[in-house]
Amino acid sequence: MTSPAPIAEAQETPRPEEAAVPALSIDGVSHAYGPRRALTNVSFNVQPASFTALLGLNGAGKSTLFSLITRLFGIQSGRVSIFGHDVSKSPGEALRLLGVVFQPRTLDLDLSLTQNLLYHAALHGIGRREASARSAELLGRIGLADRAASKVRDLSGGQMRRLEIARALLHQPRLLLLDEPTVGLDVKARADIISHVRQLVTEQGIGVLWATHLFDEIMPDDDLVVLHQGKVLAQGPMNRVVAEAGAQDVNTAFMRLTGAQTMPGGGA
Amino acid sequence: MSSITTREAPRGFSFAEYMTCLSGIVWREGLRFLHQRERFVSALVRPLVWLFIFAAGFRQVLGISIIPPYETYILYEVYIAPGLMAMIQLFNGMQSSLSMVYDREMGNMRTLLVSPLPRGFLLFCKLLAGTAVSLLQVYAFLLIAWLWDITPPPQGYLTVLPALILSGLMLGSLGMLISSGIKQLENFAGVMNFVIFPMFFASSALYPLWRVQEGNPYLYYLCEANPFTHAVELIRFALYGQINWISLAVVAVCTIVFMIGAILAYDPSRGLARRGPAGGEG
Repeated sequence: MTSPAPIAEAQETPRPEEAAVPALSIDGVSHAYGPRRALTNVSFNVQPASFTALLGLNGAGKSTLFSLITRLFGIQSGRVSIFGHDVSKSPGEALRLLGVVFQPRTLDLDLSLTQNLLYHAALHGIGRREASARSAELLGRIGLADRAASKVRDLSGGQMRRLEIARALLHQPRLLLLDEPTVGLDVKARADIISHVRQLVTEQGIGVLWATHLFDEIMPDDDLVVLHQGKVLAQGPMNRVVAEAGAQDVNTAFMRLTGAQTMPGGGA
Repeated sequence: MSSITTREAPRGFSFAEYMTCLSGIVWREGLRFLHQRERFVSALVRPLVWLFIFAAGFRQVLGISIIPPYETYILYEVYIAPGLMAMIQLFNGMQSSLSMVYDREMGNMRTLLVSPLPRGFLLFCKLLAGTAVSLLQVYAFLLIAWLWDITPPPQGYLTVLPALILSGLMLGSLGMLISSGIKQLENFAGVMNFVIFPMFFASSALYPLWRVQEGNPYLYYLCEANPFTHAVELIRFALYGQINWISLAVVAVCTIVFMIGAILAYDPSRGLARRGPAGGEG
């Protein structure tokens, strides 16, 4: 009734007073699988209308972090909140504002593009008429309108990813998580997806957390979080992180940061 | 909306949103079922093999005396029909949970579980959807059985429906509870052997329990304690317009216990899901 209004407004232009509430706040999160520690005291924020790159090698703890944010695992210690809603205490309100693209494909291959989108809409309680309208619009925006009735199985890898992003946007979230979304895609498909997501940040004010191990996906103005062996080694605007590491580019900065960390840590 | 500075007030979920979610999950399960023709065929062939071959061969060996709910002497085929209906649901319940293990590996389960609606409700919807699919299978079986001269009273087709819904939910939640403890698809074959077959054979599906009691009293107690026996008896009586109260009570209680167990097991804060990474960790 009255309540959806603030969401719609905020998507246009984030108001200054809202800047006080981060889109995503990770506060002192640790996680262990039995004796193995996957995350140690991880803290960082993602601001609305910003692109935050979570940079880490395979095994750094990126997927564990995503599983905690999306509530697939319970939070063992620390706090995760989405626009101020604690994921553990009010998961419904938190998850409603969140769109996710997981690393493994999560589409129903035997269903059509539209059917996949309608199913997702239903999971968010969006009625059929509204869902059909939004699906058609989103399919148009990702250039797959003419494939609406095809089976997902017949799409290319890049098209499937675009569909997954469209699906993640269907319930109009204000925070979008993407877990290595460009893995396995060709150069063109990768570039398309990166520019599409960056557009969402600038045009719709969506906060984006983009997990990757590919340095060239990060731009100088992005916020950067370097995650290594479950710990945050550096965070801040990419330019600053690179400068503080005394490096010329992200690649060198990353090597210095992780190298400096692993050598003394190796003996302990 | 006074304090925009901190965050929006929680707005909860309306009844319409719950219903949209429920119908969406049932709709998708139905679509998937239609796409898996082999699954439908094998779901039908399995009980029909028992009916056409096993029952025909056994007819001479096993005489059935008049026991409730039957009022006359009956053929063996007639006796095992309710057991086979329950078997369809047993297999379907295990198969839906097989699909949950598969879904979890393939990530489809993630799509379901990141829905903002309460997780218990999502799993309940999933159970209802699985039960709805099992009803299609059971009624298709009943149609073929009718052509084979297994003709319960016409109103029995209606009165059996609530019994089938309850037994479908019970067997589905049992499957879901088991699936929460399974990490990989391969382990499921073991569950088939250790759950499906013992449950089916140590029950009243194939032979009346008084016969078992004559042979082996311990096996009789085992059969009596088997929830599947009560699912079969609930269906058997309902098909003839009667209620077996004991079976109804056992099935209802088991449904509640299994369902709560399954929902707890999938609860991220205390469930089995916390034990390890699902799929690729990185």
